[in-house]
Amino acid sequence: MTTTDVKGAESAGDPSANEAVGHAAGAAPVAAGAALEGADTAAAPELEEENLSLPGQEVSAAHAALNRGARLRSFEVAEHAVPKSDIEEWRFTPLRRFSALFEDAPTDDREGDPAVDYQVSVPEGAPAPTTLAIGEAPRGTVLVPEDLPTAIASARTEQALHLVASKNTDYDAPFRVDVVGRGADRRANAHLVLEAEESSSSIVVLNHTGSAQYAQDVEIIVGDNARMTVITVHDWDDDAVHIAQHHARVGRDARLKHVAVTLGGSAVRLNAIGEYAAPGGEIEKLGLYFSDEGQFFENRLFIDHSAPNCTSNVAYKGALQGKGARSVWVGDVLIRKEAEGTNTYELNRNLVLTEGARADSVPNLEIETGEIEGAGHAAATGRFDDEQLFYLRARGIPEIEARRLVVRGFFAEIIQQIDVPEVRERLSAAIEDELARSMN
Amino acid sequence: MSILEIKNLHATVETPEGTKEILKGVDLTIKGGETHAIMGPNGSGKSTLAYAIAGHPKYEITGGEVLLDGEDVLEMSVDERARAGLFLAMQYPVEVPGVTVSNFLRTAKTAIDGEAPSLRTWVKDVKGAMDDLKMDPVFAERNVNEGFSGGEKKRHEILQMQLLKPSIAVLDETDSGLDVDALRVVSEGVNRAKENTEVGIMLITHYTRILQYVKPDFVHVFVNGRVAEQGGPELAERLEAEGYDRYLVGA
Repeated sequence: MTTTDVKGAESAGDPSANEAVGHAAGAAPVAAGAALEGADTAAAPELEEENLSLPGQEVSAAHAALNRGARLRSFEVAEHAVPKSDIEEWRFTPLRRFSALFEDAPTDDREGDPAVDYQVSVPEGAPAPTTLAIGEAPRGTVLVPEDLPTAIASARTEQALHLVASKNTDYDAPFRVDVVGRGADRRANAHLVLEAEESSSSIVVLNHTGSAQYAQDVEIIVGDNARMTVITVHDWDDDAVHIAQHHARVGRDARLKHVAVTLGGSAVRLNAIGEYAAPGGEIEKLGLYFSDEGQFFENRLFIDHSAPNCTSNVAYKGALQGKGARSVWVGDVLIRKEAEGTNTYELNRNLVLTEGARADSVPNLEIETGEIEGAGHAAATGRFDDEQLFYLRARGIPEIEARRLVVRGFFAEIIQQIDVPEVRERLSAAIEDELARSMN
Repeated sequence: MSILEIKNLHATVETPEGTKEILKGVDLTIKGGETHAIMGPNGSGKSTLAYAIAGHPKYEITGGEVLLDGEDVLEMSVDERARAGLFLAMQYPVEVPGVTVSNFLRTAKTAIDGEAPSLRTWVKDVKGAMDDLKMDPVFAERNVNEGFSGGEKKRHEILQMQLLKPSIAVLDETDSGLDVDALRVVSEGVNRAKENTEVGIMLITHYTRILQYVKPDFVHVFVNGRVAEQGGPELAERLEAEGYDRYLVGA
């Protein structure tokens, strides 16, 4: 077996900027990795502190045999370790802030006062929402928890919300789930199952506001030849914490567009997995985040190329401003031996708007077959480009307006691809708000 | 009519080897309607002069004055200078991803005029100016300078000059790297701006070729951070024949 491992790791904070770009086609291994210079922003010192091996460094034989797909998955809460910072998957995460979600606790519903309020609406003609008990298919057929909080979320959710787009039906209006947290001190567990039947076309918008300690599983099943867009917006209040696992399986010739937007919350961590049930599937993952002072937003994703002739395209963009603003992006792509004809590309860009913010960006590409169409990744973190600002200002555009133009332009590529006008407009407005906050 | 007065201007830049003085006492006066060619060898400080006038943060002004109609330009921010009537056509225009040319032009025009241009005349003005510069209309929907060829970037700079109607325009090596056709188009754009407005032009160039298309009223030879000699168009002809060697002796 040929195993090609292409990894690049990159971290940056103001005022450093760098770029790590890697491409791999066939079995040609290309390593891309860069650590920044600069004491408190470089990735390397931090890795050493936590006693971790660097990507591509001294990979033991036992470890090399294990790809990203071999990570433990289990419904059993007891089988999951309590997250620690010396576990690779948690090394960037502020564990204390999330600690409430490591407790095996039930949803804090009180008489007439739920911890989280759900408003669910489905488009005209769609089946009414139903629920699925633990073990009731299709619940649990795709998503198996990869960590403690999401295992608790699954075990503690007796009835999972189940939304279905019917076979051969094309829905113009989105399915909507509005999740409103009712208190930062209140725990809530959730499991949602989103199912697109064969040859259907649907959009699902999950919208999170208010505050809570929220552990969530979102299971996404895209049937053969179906098209589905799932947009999850995390626009929590400043004191909310949220850990989620999304897991999607895409059928033959089916297409999933998954959009993760994180604008608000104290700490939000999303582990989004996509895999293929059969050839011809297509997964597009888009992400946008804007981290303010003290906010921690982590996006982990895993595209598991488990069938031939499938494509994946990942593009996440983030902006950071204010002291202690943090973002983490870890993009894992695995091309298994059987996934011949795969075409994949992933990109992460971060724009650090002020001093004191930090973005970490780690693309990992594992390739187990030489027979692929293409595989590549790019990650870059930069601060505001002074030359761009000078150019715009030299045309009379005031500094604030010039900064707005640059940030809007930075996100435009992602926003333009979100096919729900209402969400698009809301995002544009939210970005304006964020900018107004920092620039006035 | 505007007047730009540069008096004994000194400027430094930080380099890895330490602070370096680039401008060493520049004296130059440009009035509206006049065209001044600033010619000099590479490294003489011509581009620094352009950036210092526009207010690039990389250069520190250590002495002297720049006045536009008696107002102290050095006290103004970069965008205030532009709104006061200064324009710099850049040698290496910067890409601005996700910002379309049409959005950029409208935003700049609004900032310069202090109010949004009337939509109807503006669309017509932009289209007319683009036609004049032989720019494809789809250009307006492309992102600023992203994937532009060298010639397209320079046309885009001149397009901005035509639309923003500055009182003093500094053209920093706008002719460098252009083929003859592109040079002609760009030069015609400059000449149109001269005909239609009272703009005073500082044409910074390394080569005499553009002077066949844009006729200067004055020629200044720029060497070692200051104006070494000035004269009329005949000075350009002499430079063409003799080169800069004469000025470099002892410099």
